[in-house]
Amino acid sequence: MKIGVIRFPGTNCDRDVAKAVELAGLTPEYVWWSEDKLTDYDGIVIPGGFSYGDYLRAGAMASITPVIDGIKELVKEEKPVLGICNGAQILGEIGLVPGVFITNETPKFNCEWVDLKVATSRTPFTKAFKKDQTIALPIAHAEGRFYTEDIDLLKDQDQIVLQFEGKNPNGSMEAITSVCDESGLVCAMMPHPERACEELFGSDDGLNFFKGFL
Amino acid sequence: MLFDIEIKISLKSGMLNPEATQVERSLDLLGYEVKNVKTVETIKFQMEGDDREAIRENVVDMCERLLCNPVIHDYKINVIPQNMACGK
Repeated sequence: MKIGVIRFPGTNCDRDVAKAVELAGLTPEYVWWSEDKLTDYDGIVIPGGFSYGDYLRAGAMASITPVIDGIKELVKEEKPVLGICNGAQILGEIGLVPGVFITNETPKFNCEWVDLKVATSRTPFTKAFKKDQTIALPIAHAEGRFYTEDIDLLKDQDQIVLQFEGKNPNGSMEAITSVCDESGLVCAMMPHPERACEELFGSDDGLNFFKGFL
Repeated sequence: MLFDIEIKISLKSGMLNPEATQVERSLDLLGYEVKNVKTVETIKFQMEGDDREAIRENVVDMCERLLCNPVIHDYKINVIPQNMACGK
């Protein structure tokens, strides 16, 4: 199975993601932002970083590039798409997931391990976990505060994927740090699963997110 | 005709603005008592055209598609023919 790993100028988690995809038993292939035909891929990861220097808003510039048209086509074909950190911000900007990830409540770059509650296991990326299970993943962001205009809709449609547990480091609405589209196939998450794919790094909970493409 | 375009982008009323909160705290550190700090981003550029309304519609499009995020932002647009701009 071939997984496209999207690269924009300023993406910086692409190689970590490619390694994680390999560890999950899949074949990663880098995809430059100017590509708009992605139909050869079985799934897509939009990695973290600072695409286009986070100018205007995190993810704003990336949201109008040709590769986004390709991703939207793939979503129509019901292929899974995972956006991590800056990738999550991009998925929010293009409206493939509800809500946005904006400047943290306090002027702090949150870089730490956090406990997370798996709020739904219906997405491919969280299917290995049980609902309400606690997992550990690192976060690293200054713009990760989740905000949506209609929180009730998310609850009704089971679109909340991960919530901070024990504390809410960035002031996200209801401590939400990952959401999905209605189908569950498009998932945006601020934590970095690619940084938690081997026990050596403190946890391998992250690997399951990539195995979800299988 | 050349038009000066000015777009002012702000967070929607009632939304938390961490930058403004920090500005207020830092001004307080300097001994200034201020309240209700807001930060507003301004984007300026120029466009050639004949029809002021058509240009405005174009700029609204830019705001909706890239410059702003309608979920969190309000924006105000000024379209000024250059011969009416200040000092000209």
